[in-house]
Amino acid sequence: MRRNVLPGLNLSLGITLFYVGLIVVLPLAALIFKASSLGFAEYWTIVSSPRSVASYRVTALAALAATIFNLFFGLALAWVLTRYRFPGRRIIDAMVDLPFALPTAVAGISLTALFSANGWFGSVLSDIGIKVAYTPLGIMIAMCFTSLPFIVRTVQPVLEDLDPALEEAAQSLGGSDWTIFRTVILPLLAPALLAGTSLSFARSLGEFGAIIFIAGNQPMSTEITALLIFIRLEEYDYQAAAAIASVLLLTAFAMLAVTNWLQARALRYTVKG
Amino acid sequence: MKIRLDSVIKTFETFRAVHGVSLEIESGELVALLGPSGSGKTTILRMVAGLEYADEGHIYFGDQDATDIPVRERGVGFVFQHYALFPHMTVAENIGFGMKVSKVKRDKAEIAARVADLLRLVRLEGLGDRFPGQISGGQRQRVALARALAVDPKVLLLDEPFGALDANVRHDLRRWLREIHQELGITTIFVTHDQEEALDLADRVVILKEGKIVQQGTPQEVCRDPKDAFVMKFLGDANRLTGEVRAGIAHVGGAQVAAAGVPDGPVDIFARPRDLDWSTHGPGVAATVERVLDRPGERRVIATVSTGETLEFDVEPEQAVEKGEAGFVTLRRAKVFSLG
Repeated sequence: MRRNVLPGLNLSLGITLFYVGLIVVLPLAALIFKASSLGFAEYWTIVSSPRSVASYRVTALAALAATIFNLFFGLALAWVLTRYRFPGRRIIDAMVDLPFALPTAVAGISLTALFSANGWFGSVLSDIGIKVAYTPLGIMIAMCFTSLPFIVRTVQPVLEDLDPALEEAAQSLGGSDWTIFRTVILPLLAPALLAGTSLSFARSLGEFGAIIFIAGNQPMSTEITALLIFIRLEEYDYQAAAAIASVLLLTAFAMLAVTNWLQARALRYTVKG
Repeated sequence: MKIRLDSVIKTFETFRAVHGVSLEIESGELVALLGPSGSGKTTILRMVAGLEYADEGHIYFGDQDATDIPVRERGVGFVFQHYALFPHMTVAENIGFGMKVSKVKRDKAEIAARVADLLRLVRLEGLGDRFPGQISGGQRQRVALARALAVDPKVLLLDEPFGALDANVRHDLRRWLREIHQELGITTIFVTHDQEEALDLADRVVILKEGKIVQQGTPQEVCRDPKDAFVMKFLGDANRLTGEVRAGIAHVGGAQVAAAGVPDGPVDIFARPRDLDWSTHGPGVAATVERVLDRPGERRVIATVSTGETLEFDVEPEQAVEKGEAGFVTLRRAKVFSLG
């Protein structure tokens, strides 16, 4: 190995590799091992059973909807927090982290209380015929809540570092506000938005605590994949739990790969040539 | 396009950046706004561009009052100190940006042809496909200029255009900007804190201090006849001595210098390093050599006068001067400013 001026490489590399192996790689390997102890036919029966497929559908669709909502709302929030100075800005800024800090079960219980038919929001919404608690809509709202900080916190620093001269230059060249946002600001935010979106989506796919209180957990309609895995575990059916979990794992890997590829594409211009 | 500023005032929070500046710039002129940091030069430039609004006063483009016209409709080309190129667009896309977003619709081929012309003008043929991160600072500066010129601006404004570049690159770009200005004849204002840059490049230099114009004129006028001690010092190295004027002659130590028209009384005397002479015998201002700095074309001597002032002057490369040597300084030429 080439001699390195910075000290401590061997020690720090050893410790971190050991740690990553112990905490990340080993459990994943155990999961795959458990799932692969099933025969393929058996594995396929479990992961493609109607109940499992219904749980993937409701989880993925709700996560997608929550992420798209957060993409717009999170970008707007980050924009307002960085661009404008108004009273209470710092309080709002601090509140963005609340979904991170709050135990998700607490979030789930409060959301259920608010949106149940006799809750503050729920009673109003039920008057106009919208039911939130114990429906996929409730799942989406819980996901929105827990994944909001990801987009805000990834976009905010990039937005803060954006050179105001870029916008001034675009203005002096005659660009309208919308044109400047679309052709200058948005492309520069794209990598951060992508990172935030994928984190937000991943978090929503795996969210458990906040959702199970509000979801109603009816098999085939409002039962999320994470809960189904939990139910299989409760039944001591470790193999089935591992099989379903492996589907979530593969989805997460695929999504990471796609996001990395998109990010590299969006950052093409930084490659020195 | 002729530009006129009429008693323009700009205040930031509590800090007054520009104190009632009036200035006329003729069509086709190349003018330098020269001043130290905080002199308000950039603020004036940004107000002409429409990137800041004047609190009071008016800015005219020709006969039109442009004071409240927003930047995107003002028709100016602005070159930013750090270029402000769009990092995610290629050089060609950067240059074409103004034409693409313009209300005047042009087809793609027309834009491409104009971009190619501009790339030729700024001598960057073949670099159109690169991203700004892949070219040098001097090249970026030229892209920024091409991008500003692409929208056929009535006025070209440059904020410290060469501030972030190496001395060599800066020198070449200066000559090149002069050529482009000659070729296009567009009214141009640039801001700089580098007096050499202003004097080399501009038809007219406007010297600013604390938000006010101190002096304006051709490089010859401001160099030969600086209006006060600030201008004298700001335009280049200057030695300051205190003396006294009697009957049109300034006396300092054992040296004298002409001071026609200056009333009798105590004065400040300013002299450029090359206007002082050193000899080992009097008469003159007695001084002791502190240090000698050898430079390619001359030797710079730093000497202390008995009254405590430090003088810097140049002697011929062959002249033998050593640290600690005592001798006399005489003044060949100096500017005398009355203290009264």
